[in-house]
Amino acid sequence: MKNIKWSKTTRKNFLTYGLVILAYVVMQILGGAGLVSSSLKGMLVPICAYVVMAVSLNLTVGVMGELSLGHAGFMSVGAFCGTSTAIILQDSISSAPLRLAISLVVAAIFAAIAGFLIGIPVLRLRGDYLAIVTLAFGEIIKSVFNNLYLGVDSRGLHISLLSDRTNLGEGGKLIIGGPMGIGGIQKISTFTAGFVLIIITLVVVFNLVNSRAGRAIMAIRDNRIAAESVGVNVTKYKMMAFVISASLAGAAGALFAMNYSTFVANKFDFNTSILVLVFVVLGGQGNMLGSIIAAAALTILPEALREYADYRMLVYAIILILVMLATNNPKLKSWMDRLKSSHKKVKEVA
Amino acid sequence: MMTFLNFLISGISLGSIYAIIALGYTMVYGIAKMLNFAHGDVIMVGAYICFYAISRFELPPVVGVVLAIAVCTVLGIVIERLAYKPLRSAPSLAVLITAIGVSYFLQNAALLLWSPNPKVFPSVVGDGKVELFDGKLTVSHVTIVTITACVIIMIVLTLFTETTKIGKAMRACSEDKGAAQLMGINVNATISITFAIGSGLAAIAGALLCSAYPTLIPTTGSMPGIKAFTAAVFGGIGSIPGALLGGLLLGVIEIFAKAYISTQLSDAVVFAVLIIVLLVKPAGLLGKQIREKV
Amino acid sequence: MKKKLLSLLLAAAMLFAMTACSSTSNSSTPSNAGTSTGSSAADNTAADGPVVFKIGGTGPLTGGAAIYGNAAKNGAQIAVDEINAMGGIQFDLRYEDDVNDAEKAINAYNTLKDWGIQISLGSVTSKPCEATSAETYVDRIFALTPSASSTAVLEGKDNQYQICFVDPNQGSASAQYISDKKLATKIAVIWKNDDVYSKGVYESFMAKAKELNLDVVSDTTFADGNDTDFSVQLTDAQSKGADLIFLPMYYQPASLILAQANAMGYSPKYFGIDGMDGILTMEGFDASLAEGVMLLTPFNADSTESKTAAFVKKYQELFGEIPNQFAADAYDCIYAYKQALENAGATSDMSNEELCDLMIKEFSSMSFDGLTGESMTWDESGAVTKSPKGMVIKDGAYVGLD
Repeated sequence: MKNIKWSKTTRKNFLTYGLVILAYVVMQILGGAGLVSSSLKGMLVPICAYVVMAVSLNLTVGVMGELSLGHAGFMSVGAFCGTSTAIILQDSISSAPLRLAISLVVAAIFAAIAGFLIGIPVLRLRGDYLAIVTLAFGEIIKSVFNNLYLGVDSRGLHISLLSDRTNLGEGGKLIIGGPMGIGGIQKISTFTAGFVLIIITLVVVFNLVNSRAGRAIMAIRDNRIAAESVGVNVTKYKMMAFVISASLAGAAGALFAMNYSTFVANKFDFNTSILVLVFVVLGGQGNMLGSIIAAAALTILPEALREYADYRMLVYAIILILVMLATNNPKLKSWMDRLKSSHKKVKEVA
Repeated sequence: MMTFLNFLISGISLGSIYAIIALGYTMVYGIAKMLNFAHGDVIMVGAYICFYAISRFELPPVVGVVLAIAVCTVLGIVIERLAYKPLRSAPSLAVLITAIGVSYFLQNAALLLWSPNPKVFPSVVGDGKVELFDGKLTVSHVTIVTITACVIIMIVLTLFTETTKIGKAMRACSEDKGAAQLMGINVNATISITFAIGSGLAAIAGALLCSAYPTLIPTTGSMPGIKAFTAAVFGGIGSIPGALLGGLLLGVIEIFAKAYISTQLSDAVVFAVLIIVLLVKPAGLLGKQIREKV
Repeated sequence: MKKKLLSLLLAAAMLFAMTACSSTSNSSTPSNAGTSTGSSAADNTAADGPVVFKIGGTGPLTGGAAIYGNAAKNGAQIAVDEINAMGGIQFDLRYEDDVNDAEKAINAYNTLKDWGIQISLGSVTSKPCEATSAETYVDRIFALTPSASSTAVLEGKDNQYQICFVDPNQGSASAQYISDKKLATKIAVIWKNDDVYSKGVYESFMAKAKELNLDVVSDTTFADGNDTDFSVQLTDAQSKGADLIFLPMYYQPASLILAQANAMGYSPKYFGIDGMDGILTMEGFDASLAEGVMLLTPFNADSTESKTAAFVKKYQELFGEIPNQFAADAYDCIYAYKQALENAGATSDMSNEELCDLMIKEFSSMSFDGLTGESMTWDESGAVTKSPKGMVIKDGAYVGLD
């Protein structure tokens, strides 16, 4: 019995890998043949970033079972740290992919540290109170980056808060300019890098979920008291999931940021957190493939609706509501169940 | 000292606005157990209705507010009927996302209907003020009216939920929907009534919000909505007096943070205080601490 | 099961989205921006002659900044309709929504690229324009932005031009003006801490103020989310005895500041920048609050000058509102393009690169008279030179300062 269950998850996981690889290959072939519109091409990297965001948030929301409303905060930490790293290394490392890889790792590390620090207070709370505290941290991070100045010159790095007191020397460069964010970024993020990041994310998440730690995390989600009583260290496992989720979000943030020539702290606000949450809920909590598809579909959707001009966002809102209603409609669900059971019967007969 | 008192009054007037919005939030949350992120946008709709009634059709302010309450109540019922009711048995996150969809919808509909140009809201209570200590201390009428309205609404809501039949049904639903249904309470109708009341409160909040800070655009409701949500959690979400307390405190903290710490980091300070409070009192200031059964 | 159903639905949605994407990219339908005004642009594009230029821009048509994007779009549309009615050079205009966000602006720009944009109006707001300007630079599409005023839009890009003042000019011009006219002894500044435009002007103002020995006694900020209550900022300014408040921001928060200062019984002088324009046309605004407010603005909707008056009248007829500076800037952009294209003898079968080179040559040498300034010229960097008009509000109308 246990064996069968195992193979089912493994099958699902391989299906997910397979579909991601397939999507990548198809896009590469179409791109090579010049069949992809500029509009879609421009969205590939952000889609990758949002997919990683969605999968990483799904780890918190779906697997750990805690609502987080501040996931964009980690994305912000990653975006600022990663991009700053890339700018600092611009002269010393000439290979763009290597520079990107280092930046993503740095971004992930900083976001993980942020995740750990925030996790200490956050994970003591539960339910909606936990949600509001993550929201609060998201806003704090936004506020801090809006007031942070980081410059580099021959004497090293200079950081100041509130106003620009970096006093850069000759040839110095202001990297983070408070409300101006970071500008003049070399766009080194590529679709391939995004694809690799998605695969790494999936490997990390799937392995975590299928490991001893993952089972412990899910046991805590399903019944914290029962899990605690059999000796599961609640804080440790929750923290583990939270930190991993944060670090992946950080990498996604860096990938996202380096796809544009400029970005500001306000980009990673409450609305972005909510957007990623929408991906997760729509794709199904705990369902990574669902998150991936939802992230891609909902990133493309508003662009595809451009022909409605002024009514675009209105139509988007209506579609969002209708999809939520449809996927939670009991009648539709039972109809699908019947469809599935008849499908099974056919199989059995054959 | 006078400066301090003036800041305190500014804080209270800002806080009273948060409080009145938070009352609507907490009411809906307490009974339907859902975070209604569209609440802020219902406020915006209320404010627009009020604006058009007073400015364009030159109706008296009271009529404008009553009209706004009526429209918002109907709007609340319609939204509940179309978007939330079909999800009664769905997981709470699904309802949350639908509420966000409704919020987008209302904002964009307002953008198309009423154009993005900001409108200056005519105060529904006039712009008079009370001067104390030879004019060194001023309290505007809006503040007084808002606080009075808050207190009245708080008392009425408390009495309503404590004594009336519908109110008792509401409390029963909030405790245990299944059991309430078994006792012959129409859970669906009760939740619908809750939304109607919550939306009616939103209209009042909209009129007062825009009387105090008189610019009106389609996104007017969203940020105060989030702040008020924070206030509701601060005071203990689901608790009616908690919403009032949370709102007032949040306003005062925000103004003091601006005045004595930094105008640039005031939001960060507000949220940091919130986090600290929740760590000490994990269910908010006046929230019910639910004991877990083992 | 639910998950499968979901995935199915989503996959279907994605498929739909992708096909929709490609279909819009291939279609040669006329701009949807044009249809909203029932313009004649569509008729002209039907006869696809060599003089129809595809011109596009991005701007916030929805969201909190929608007022600026829509104003620019409407202003540009009026100019296009007028020009198309004249015969000769024809424009096909398309505006795409960027929600005042760099990411969405790139998406919007890419949509325009799929449509076949030849010359660009950049983006309406600064940060999105910074992002799209990097793209138009690489793609060699000439861009003339109506209102994105930050320096980063122009920096290091030879084919990016502005029709509005660049932020630092506004800041230093304001400081210079205040110093020259000895308007104040003690100055307070309130600026928006999460806004590129406000920050840009603030910085140059402070630098110039220091140079001119202006005494800035109070320096406070606000941001999105706490932009309703200004009692602390105003009390700070008042208690430090500021007799002039510099407001580098858009008119909406400024209107709140004026109202709250008035309620406090504090009446300093106010000095604003071009973002302040529009304050008088806010529906329901008590103009007496703005009495005596000074601002540097290139556009005056109350002007009796015939071109401006005709534009304002037409705008009001079509859109039911008084146009602000953004609308006028976009209107000027289109006419500047017309002049440049005619001078250069450009035809629309030229490639982007050819057009781009021609436009760079024309714009860096020509002089243009528009609603927002007489004899505007551009330098190599793409920044405009025009004289800002100092205005003061008297009895609810702008009066020239001097």
